[in-house]
Amino acid sequence: MFAMSRAALAAAKVPTRAALVAAIALTLAACSGGSSTSSDADSLTATDAWAKAADSGMTAAFGEISNTSDHDITIVSAVSSSATMVELHEVVDDVMRPVEGGFAIPAGGTLMLQPGGLHIMFMGVTTPIAAGDDVQVTLTLGDDSQFTLTAVAKDFSGANESYDGNANMDPGEGMDMSADPSMSPSATMGG
Amino acid sequence: MRPGDTQPSAADAASSGPSRRRFLAAGAAAGAGAFAAGATGVALDRAGALHGSPTPTDHAGANGQRVVPFYGEHQAGVTARPGAFASFVALDLKRGVGRERLAAWMRLITDDAARLTQGSAALADVEPELAGTPAGLTVTVGFGSGFVTRARGQKPEWLAPLPAFTVDKLLDEWSGGDALFIVSADEPGTVAHALRMILKDSRSFATMRWRQDGFRRAYGSDPHGMTMRNMFGQVDGTANFRPGTADFDTAVWARPDAPSWLQGGTSFVLRRIGMDLDTWDAVDRVGRENTIGRRLDNGAPLTGTHEHDVLDLDAVDAHGLPVISSVAHARRAHVADPAKSMVRLGYNYEERSPAGSEALSRTGLLFGAWQANVTEQFVPIQRSLDEADLLNVWTTPVGSAVFAIPPGCREGGYLGQALLEG
Repeated sequence: MFAMSRAALAAAKVPTRAALVAAIALTLAACSGGSSTSSDADSLTATDAWAKAADSGMTAAFGEISNTSDHDITIVSAVSSSATMVELHEVVDDVMRPVEGGFAIPAGGTLMLQPGGLHIMFMGVTTPIAAGDDVQVTLTLGDDSQFTLTAVAKDFSGANESYDGNANMDPGEGMDMSADPSMSPSATMGG
Repeated sequence: MRPGDTQPSAADAASSGPSRRRFLAAGAAAGAGAFAAGATGVALDRAGALHGSPTPTDHAGANGQRVVPFYGEHQAGVTARPGAFASFVALDLKRGVGRERLAAWMRLITDDAARLTQGSAALADVEPELAGTPAGLTVTVGFGSGFVTRARGQKPEWLAPLPAFTVDKLLDEWSGGDALFIVSADEPGTVAHALRMILKDSRSFATMRWRQDGFRRAYGSDPHGMTMRNMFGQVDGTANFRPGTADFDTAVWARPDAPSWLQGGTSFVLRRIGMDLDTWDAVDRVGRENTIGRRLDNGAPLTGTHEHDVLDLDAVDAHGLPVISSVAHARRAHVADPAKSMVRLGYNYEERSPAGSEALSRTGLLFGAWQANVTEQFVPIQRSLDEADLLNVWTTPVGSAVFAIPPGCREGGYLGQALLEG
């Protein structure tokens, strides 16, 4: 279970400055409520994280993210140094689109990110992601804390769902050369 | 996601239910059950028995859940009981794949092997249900000369093609290779799936050079531990040392003079040996037993009564002739010193004969051998057989390859790490 443990070990919980300030403020202001000082990031674990290898254009990362806390946690956004833009996507009718409000992980629950389902979408891959490379993704959570996971890149033929026109992306880019967004049967805007 | 689900929503995917792997397995089982039971409207129990069916499920000898531990000092495939089926695959490295990329490749393959051998799907496995029956699966990795060159590692002097032997009629299509995978299990579907997963994760790094599939006795067809028979009907591999014995350790594991990255490892030679069954058909039982120097019924030496009786090479018959012929295979291959012996891993193969050929089949033995040092162990024995061995009349080596077998790894490490990071 090498990659799994590697990913889990690499999953760092880095509260942002804002989150720290907020947490301190909460601690000071809300003692009566018995709030925990731990951030959402402290309550997440990532396992089996992997990404589809790609030379350029679009690709995606998958895996399982578990919430060990007693409250729901929301993944609000994601960034990676491997791509100019990262979005949280779902696939509906073979078309992927951003998920409004991000990904919610129920208390004690696990978020499954997988081809054909929810996934972390990379757009504008900056340097080729080769099989075996480690790809880091930093997730910003509902309390503004950040959680970084490491996904190992694998050659993968699937995950070719077409992208349902987001104004921010180059319409000529696909997750591979066979995926042509202009051929998407859907005419509606995602998100 | 469960087979049949096409539109997972955020709510479906983010559940507090069981892990994805169990989720997948449960979905598959439910799907199969629904399919099988659909016609009759009855349910399947967990073992797959149809309630109310007059035919009970046969569990005798079921071993699909047998797991061989992956992590350890040595690669598990060297010491595990050989699976009933094995695929030997050699690959050639793509241009430009250097030391760092080799490490990336080995991390991927190690992760695949660590999961699949334990009955879990590999990462990005699109047929995860095929991983649920490990049946003793082992995945063994070997490095050819080209791999060690690219890794810029110290090369054992024996990591090169074997010296030419007069009996050889080697073909490129069965020889050489920069890297080796041996995938073995008692279930052929498991071997096929594991190999496919490994090859998918090799696409960026290497291309297939050859693949050789072989079989031994099916699990359960004979008591555990019985020596296999080759397609000449001979008990084959009697002299092998048992894993865990001092003799096995002496014969197999790399010695202090081997490169440090190979400590805990060994070497593997694979010879593809064609066996001419059509001319062997003409040989009577006395001739067959004299050729090998052993009885056909139980593999005992012609000087003994039980398979594992020691060869009496000095015994003579009433005419003063040696009971075991001076050119019998067992005599010519016999080595007393474990440090000069090999441990054999034999698999039969049988394929259709070439179009237009009168031969009924193309049959033979995948003759694998583990040894600490190819030059000091394999080569002298093969030389002895090359000089004189009655069996050479009916056998022809058509393929030959030599690999270094790196040691095993710990959880968090990967196969070949000492070579690729040393």
